[in-house]
Amino acid sequence: MLDETVAAPRPAADEKIRCDACPVMCYIKPGMTGACDRYANDAGELVRVDPHVVLDRTLAQGGNIVPFNRGGDWDGKIVSSPETFVTAIGAGTTYPDYKPAPFIVSSEVDGVDMVTVVTEGIFSYCGVKVKIDTDRYLGPEQAVVRAAGEPIGHVTTSEYGSQMLSLGGVHHLTGGGKKEGRVTCDALLNLCNGKAVELVIDGGATVVVQAGKAPIVNGVPEERMRVGCGSATIGMFAKQWLGKADEVVVVDDHITGVLSEHQAGKLLDIPDTGIKMKGRRSTPGRYFQVAEPGTGWGGTNISDPLSIIGPFDAKVAKAGTRLFFISTTGEHSAYYELDETLAPVEKPMPEDLMASTERVKENCEPALCTVLFMAGAGGSLRSGVTENPVRLTRSVKDALTYVTSGGAPVYVYPGGGITFMVDVTRLPENAFGYVPTPALVAPIEFTLKLSDYEALGGHMSEVRPLASIPQGDGTRPVAPISDNPWPLAPQTAKRSHG
Amino acid sequence: MTRATPPSPSIRRAPQVALLADGHRLHLQDGPIDLVIEAVGAEDVVRAAYAAATERFSGLLDALCDELPALRAAASPDFCPVSGPVARRMWQAVAPFAGEVFITPMAAVAGAVAEDVLQALVLPGISRAYVNNGGDIALYLPEGASFTVGLVDRPDQPRIIGTAVLSFDSPVRGVATSGWRGRSFSLGIADAVTILAPTAAQADAAATVVANAVDLPRHPGIVRTQANDLQPESDLGARLVTRAVPALTAGERAEALEAGLAVARDLMRRGRISGAALHVQGETVGTGAGLDSLSSPAGAAFIPVTPQPQQGRTHA
Repeated sequence: MLDETVAAPRPAADEKIRCDACPVMCYIKPGMTGACDRYANDAGELVRVDPHVVLDRTLAQGGNIVPFNRGGDWDGKIVSSPETFVTAIGAGTTYPDYKPAPFIVSSEVDGVDMVTVVTEGIFSYCGVKVKIDTDRYLGPEQAVVRAAGEPIGHVTTSEYGSQMLSLGGVHHLTGGGKKEGRVTCDALLNLCNGKAVELVIDGGATVVVQAGKAPIVNGVPEERMRVGCGSATIGMFAKQWLGKADEVVVVDDHITGVLSEHQAGKLLDIPDTGIKMKGRRSTPGRYFQVAEPGTGWGGTNISDPLSIIGPFDAKVAKAGTRLFFISTTGEHSAYYELDETLAPVEKPMPEDLMASTERVKENCEPALCTVLFMAGAGGSLRSGVTENPVRLTRSVKDALTYVTSGGAPVYVYPGGGITFMVDVTRLPENAFGYVPTPALVAPIEFTLKLSDYEALGGHMSEVRPLASIPQGDGTRPVAPISDNPWPLAPQTAKRSHG
Repeated sequence: MTRATPPSPSIRRAPQVALLADGHRLHLQDGPIDLVIEAVGAEDVVRAAYAAATERFSGLLDALCDELPALRAAASPDFCPVSGPVARRMWQAVAPFAGEVFITPMAAVAGAVAEDVLQALVLPGISRAYVNNGGDIALYLPEGASFTVGLVDRPDQPRIIGTAVLSFDSPVRGVATSGWRGRSFSLGIADAVTILAPTAAQADAAATVVANAVDLPRHPGIVRTQANDLQPESDLGARLVTRAVPALTAGERAEALEAGLAVARDLMRRGRISGAALHVQGETVGTGAGLDSLSSPAGAAFIPVTPQPQQGRTHA
């Protein structure tokens, strides 16, 4: 039988291999596929490429992921709907139902029964939006973000507790130098496939970004998002600090809070301590710009908290005043007492303040990197040649056509075209590929209901990517990612759909 | 890959046989061949027809491969070098082109296989049937039957850009698609060329020829690679096949489509094909078989709604 021989391809002297998966006996060069596009030469080894990824709902219940395996006899079982959703990952053009531009033959008098809807889109208009949970200074807004020395994107806005980067896009992919395009494509591909990428920001930090993992800023893994800005932290913890310290300073690059001056401290009748803050006072107990941005305390550049205060006011301050400094993540903290000359002297931190530090840490969420793939599939829809082009476009906008990427829900931007974003951690592993254009290849599936299609003009009787994928050969069943709505259950799907 | 027990000991290998999820269509697969088959008729007749198609398909690939060297060589216009039934269909389909352009019988392999299996499929009592071999389709269309065929220009966009109703009166019994994005190599830059012709093998050969003619030979941005650099035994040898096409201007798209359309019209005049639809980067032109209504590149329907970006557009 065939299967025994498939497992042992004969290596040829020039590293081409003879595929004996079928009698065509293709002579396959390293890195290339045979005539069927199903078998390839991977460094001298015959492998089944781009296995179809099948989200098998039943696996979710069993919890096992069945490994891809082309050995073994086919048991005659075929993938059946609706428990299986065929993703576009690896769809390529291997199967007849997915070949580009097929004519469609109807099985009904007025209908059409085969429509290609599963594909891997090639996107040169694409990029990733990266959210890095950190208060550390990564670099100025608009600064160039580099990978391997090449510009691949820029720093965009800061969000609450996070810094946003915009990477890729058509200008870096194809509008710049050849190397820039290649490096950009490589970085995007790695980020989308969940791999770590080191980014260097002009005039800023070096940060290692990996989807779903903590960012590493200048070699230090970020652990937590800040619990709030310095002022908010004062408000949240003032009562818990009452009686444990006479003065609390929450160091924050955005707004540093000072307990005795803050409204929260006033309400608790905390007396003035004579502290003199540096920086620019916003409202009582709230200070902007106590230091430069950096990767030290609370996203500032300081490592010594005393550097943000001046001498205490001798008319107000008393010897023995207890000073507690803490950053907005609780990562840094220090305890001082004023000596006879009203100079702060570091002392071992009392246990109750150590517990308070832990409490602040406990209330910080883990810092993560989020990678959203964003791409536009609008080009081909743009030049309308359909009988009802507006209705077809609208079918996507109205969520009559449900768009998924590797089975994951996407957010479709309002407005023209089909510009979508998807959280890369919601796709199966290694769902993204590339072409040397350079451009990214991402799976995209369009799922349409018969009734919706009839409403569009009735050309198609069925547009669903359920098909002839036999199990075992070239399919990679994976359990659906539990948070994702089931693509073929539109009533649940649409809810998470933009 | 294979069934546990081959249906007959005389057959060297068994294809994969399965009904699709809809319970009506039959899927046959062997090596690089995937067939999706449907026959309409009484249940027992359909069952017998599917069995006959499966029987015909079993061993078909082996027989083809026995004559592969001859099938991969440039076809002669007047001498058939092969003897197998499918191989002969292939040569017959390409022979009319052989004196004019480089072509090998492989250009018609998909259509010829579809045709051959269709012939076995059509038992008495079958009222309508087709064999779809990866987009190359052989139709059985007796009196009173009709097929509506829908045309999709790109798989990533579920839109029908044209339809044609094929009836008994129409000479069309074959439909085929070729393009550089497809599984076979193309010398041209068409995303897809779809041909309607009297037989599937004829359609397949013509789709190859027309798709090769949709080209901009001097465009510097088109990436071309020697076919045998990609597949050492490709029937195209050292000919340059298209691997990537950059964003084209409206004028370039029109030029490429016109070049292909001229070949398609010539084939129409000579009665070799009944209709053609040609697609390049979202624009479509058609000729014959009700496809004339597909607009020409100069037509207003193809003016993009948004202006072309200044640089860098390549896909989607």
